[in-house]
Amino acid sequence: MVLFCSFFNSTIGRKVLMAVTGLVLVLFVMGHMLGNLQIFLGAEVINAYAYKLHHVLPTPALWGIRLFLLLCVGVHVWMAVLLTLASRRARPAGYAVKRVVQATYAARTMRMSGIILLAFIFFHLAHFTTRSVPGMEYNDERVLSPNEVSLVKHGQAVMKDGEKVTTFNVHDMMVAGFENGLVSAFYILATGLLCLHLVHGVSSMFQTLGLRNATWLPRLNYIARFYGWAVFLGFAIIPIAVLTGVLEKDPTGGETQAIETSATH
Amino acid sequence: MKLNLRIWRQKSPLDKGRFEEYALDNVSEDSSFLEMLDLLCEQLVAEGKEALAFDHDCREGICGMCALTINGIPHGPEKQTTTCQLHMRHFKDGETITVEPWRAKPLPVIKDLVVDRSPFDRIIQSGGFISARTGSAVDANAVPIPKQTADTAMDAAACIGCGACVAACPNASAMLFTAAKVSHMNNLPQGEVEKDRRTLAMVTTMDGEGFGGCTNVGECEAVCPKGISLDMIAQLNRDYTSAQVKNFFEPVS
Amino acid sequence: MKLDAKIPAGPLSEKWSSHKFNMKLVNPANRRKYNIIVVGSGLAGGAAAASLAEQGYNVSSFCYQDSPRRAHSIAAQGGINAAKNYQNDGDSVHRLFYDTVKGGDYRSREANVYRLAEVSADIIDQCVAQGVPFAREYGGLLANRSFGGAQVSRTFYARGQTGQQLLLGAYSALSKQIGLGKVKMYNRHEMLDLVLVDGHAKGIVARNMTTGVITRHAADCVILATGGYGNAFFLSTNAQGCNVTAAYRAHKRGAGFANPCFTQIHPTCIPVHGENQSKLTLMSESLRNDGRIWAPKDSATAAKIRAGELNPNDVSEDDRDYYLERKYPSFGNLAPRDISSRAAKELCDAGQGVASTGLGVFLDFRDAIQRDGKQAIEERYGNLFEMYQRITGDDPYSTPMMIFPAVHYTMGGLWVDYNLESTIPGLFVGGEANFSDHGANRLGASALMQGLADGYFVLPYTVGNYLGEAGIASAGTITIEHPAFEAVEAGVKSRMDQLMSIGGTQSPRSFHKRLGKIIWDECGMARSREGLEGAIEQIQALRKEFWSDLRVTGDADGINPELERAGRVADFMEFGELMCRDALMREESCGGHFRVEYQTDEGEALRNDEDYTFVGVWEYQGDDIAPALHKEALIYENITLATRSYK
Repeated sequence: MVLFCSFFNSTIGRKVLMAVTGLVLVLFVMGHMLGNLQIFLGAEVINAYAYKLHHVLPTPALWGIRLFLLLCVGVHVWMAVLLTLASRRARPAGYAVKRVVQATYAARTMRMSGIILLAFIFFHLAHFTTRSVPGMEYNDERVLSPNEVSLVKHGQAVMKDGEKVTTFNVHDMMVAGFENGLVSAFYILATGLLCLHLVHGVSSMFQTLGLRNATWLPRLNYIARFYGWAVFLGFAIIPIAVLTGVLEKDPTGGETQAIETSATH
Repeated sequence: MKLNLRIWRQKSPLDKGRFEEYALDNVSEDSSFLEMLDLLCEQLVAEGKEALAFDHDCREGICGMCALTINGIPHGPEKQTTTCQLHMRHFKDGETITVEPWRAKPLPVIKDLVVDRSPFDRIIQSGGFISARTGSAVDANAVPIPKQTADTAMDAAACIGCGACVAACPNASAMLFTAAKVSHMNNLPQGEVEKDRRTLAMVTTMDGEGFGGCTNVGECEAVCPKGISLDMIAQLNRDYTSAQVKNFFEPVS
Repeated sequence: MKLDAKIPAGPLSEKWSSHKFNMKLVNPANRRKYNIIVVGSGLAGGAAAASLAEQGYNVSSFCYQDSPRRAHSIAAQGGINAAKNYQNDGDSVHRLFYDTVKGGDYRSREANVYRLAEVSADIIDQCVAQGVPFAREYGGLLANRSFGGAQVSRTFYARGQTGQQLLLGAYSALSKQIGLGKVKMYNRHEMLDLVLVDGHAKGIVARNMTTGVITRHAADCVILATGGYGNAFFLSTNAQGCNVTAAYRAHKRGAGFANPCFTQIHPTCIPVHGENQSKLTLMSESLRNDGRIWAPKDSATAAKIRAGELNPNDVSEDDRDYYLERKYPSFGNLAPRDISSRAAKELCDAGQGVASTGLGVFLDFRDAIQRDGKQAIEERYGNLFEMYQRITGDDPYSTPMMIFPAVHYTMGGLWVDYNLESTIPGLFVGGEANFSDHGANRLGASALMQGLADGYFVLPYTVGNYLGEAGIASAGTITIEHPAFEAVEAGVKSRMDQLMSIGGTQSPRSFHKRLGKIIWDECGMARSREGLEGAIEQIQALRKEFWSDLRVTGDADGINPELERAGRVADFMEFGELMCRDALMREESCGGHFRVEYQTDEGEALRNDEDYTFVGVWEYQGDDIAPALHKEALIYENITLATRSYK
């Protein structure tokens, strides 16, 4: 174990940890984005998706995943802090004149984008997961009515023990959340920074793990850029859709609409 | 041509150091940057002042001794060119040129523009060799090496150890230097035996010298006078990780 | 001074192996009791230090650069010769031996050269084992090329950086020993004097160039591998720091200096651009394979080109003098280095030179580009063209290159016997610093070979022999407390003080430039009695001026480039005179030494084998006393002397 510690005490080992945790988060972000985009398929779809996320796995497993993701964020940040401190120590006196030759804006601003993203993650978890941002708890009938809606599957309300299964109205929570211009702006900004972070991070990950060669470098850079932009658009389109009125609240949780659609068929 | 020079002067390692400004006239466009500094030194001596100390030797771009940050770029504005091969025709008449030493804690200033690059030697001493005791070699053609492999090793071996990579890196990381050395030897069949040992030892020494970590920004590659590529760093990362994994199961010695 | 070359008896091809058998050995367990000083960390010094440390000796290694990896061996471009005969084209140890002796214009020692050829093959094996990335063919075997007009392909190369790669090989072996604690490395240290105890070399006094502290170092023997003295000319292809100080100090302590006038001028360097030039850059001779060398036929045309009024491309075919093709139809543009260099000088002296200074001739690729296409030329010489453009700002694809000869290598050096031991017992000399293998002219790709041969395969045996003969009782007995060190150190310090305290008006560089000009003009490509006698007087006068009007600014207690240069120039002053004396003494033309009085009617070098088949060895007699000449007769038992002809 002592031997392995030497790995994580080395600059390369730390970078490898960042790359691996980064990979987990990169994949999570893509999954999260695809999940979110279901909002455009109707309230019942996204609500059912949210229900599934909470109920498919037993609660301890769910917490396990959550903690794992948080751990990844934690390790990613921790390693970044250690490496940043080492860099600071390595150059106590800077240059009077310093010019950048080829480093990209994204690469040079990883630390800044990272810090803002971290702040965003805290806000985001408080905002939509724990719903503990003062004034945005989404439990007020006036903001979100009703709080709980029926779970709808294949156009039918899902029944269990003769009663309708209900679920939290994620759809309306998102719409309500993004109706706030400031909140939306922060989300759009943060996903923009996420894009920037990914444009460098995704290709850097392959570099750090040594999983590339001269032929693949330009390809990976291209993939990273594509990935970053895809994530940005995929996330940012939701607040934009809310602000422009494309997405609106559906107090029934999609139940009415679903029944109507299924009736016409 | 006429120049205004803003040059870092520092009496000793402990001195705080400061910029001094000098006006220099009659500089030929055909002279090299170092010849321009020679001229400045002659002017200083004529005025009875102490000449400028800067490292230089071969003046043909191969010894790796010259080490100046010129207008914020190590070795100056020309790509793949050492300071000694940089010529004054790339500057404008009347221009103000700022000249600073490499700046990194592991490479401290000894005097004026001279820095101590002994950490590089220590990185090599810890493992940057293929043990081949004099007289013990087999015939040179006994082990054929594919041309491509030899070429890759040569690409890495072109490193002149000047330290521009460290100077340019926002983290003052010595990864490009170490990677070039590691890639040169790890790629060759002769270097295979000591591959893991070498990689572990050199990275440990590199870290121990206090260089920063690599963040893959690529400034090192951009200023490298020999065009050493980031591919070398990718290989170092791979070789190091694989050596550590092997080391985990059975200590590499 | 007694010159005993100690050439082993027996047939040429068995001399080295029988000598190796007869040499004394040191028990492996006893080797750690001996200390060896190696000054210089290039191919010879680095290889010797590493090899001796591997054997078990304690080695102290010194270099003036900030790292042993920067020694000027690094700058050699072309390649390294070895009699491997991998190309099956008739090469052999004997052929390499023969070519080297002939190329040296029959002024080198047969036995040494034969040994050089003999161990050349081992060098390649050794370097490949160390990971030197020599060029390879697609089949994975080593590639070779023909170099410097050799008729066999025996040159191994690593792109245009063969010297660098070989040096990195020696440096990595040295580094391993430093890491193991067997070698103590002294970077940024300059040897300033040699210490003798009972007539044997037992240590050095050096200056720590970082702190200015004068330090003493004792050992059981001393190896000098301090390179050549080309910087006596001020402008040369040598590195700025290359100097003769270590060798010259040893000379003053009693080591004979052999053939100092044998210097090599390389024909394809980039011309001087002006007064502030500090260094000349060599371009590979391979350019002469496709480039045609010419100068304008009349000086008026040349003057117009110099003034920038005429584009060289507009000079008609009739107005061009392809002088090498004209004078040497069979070799043409590939005529040997000394001949091509001299021809260029003659033209420039006649006013036909180009370049802004009038010191340049054209090396024109126009015809080659028309014949083979730009792409083919780019493939062959792309990197050289790039280098030329970087330095001059001209594009050789559209404007003819300009070249001029420059001092490149010095064949002369401290006299050594077959064991590479100088006339001072215990003082060994390797690489360019000794005189032994190249005679009056060195063949291309042979410098690297000699440096490594000395370092890897000769010194590790002969030094052991010396130590073995001295016996274990003497091992490590001399320490820096010995009174001899005190005296030498006091001398070094007082000289430093003297240099610092002259308080004159002229900088060390200005003196160096003036000295260089005298030597270049009178002891360069063409020498004459009158010129040399004048040069000796001029140098003596300049030396006086130096010691009365030198100005060294700054302090002695830290890095002071002015002080460093002043010390080196002071030695070049004395040494330059010695070069001129040697050139004056040698009343013949051979190899790099061309005396205008001794030439054929056609202007070719006229050797005088009758009277000058000897090594001229100079013994120091005192500061203002002419040195004494000793002669080591060169006996050719295996080779018949012939006149070189390249017509």
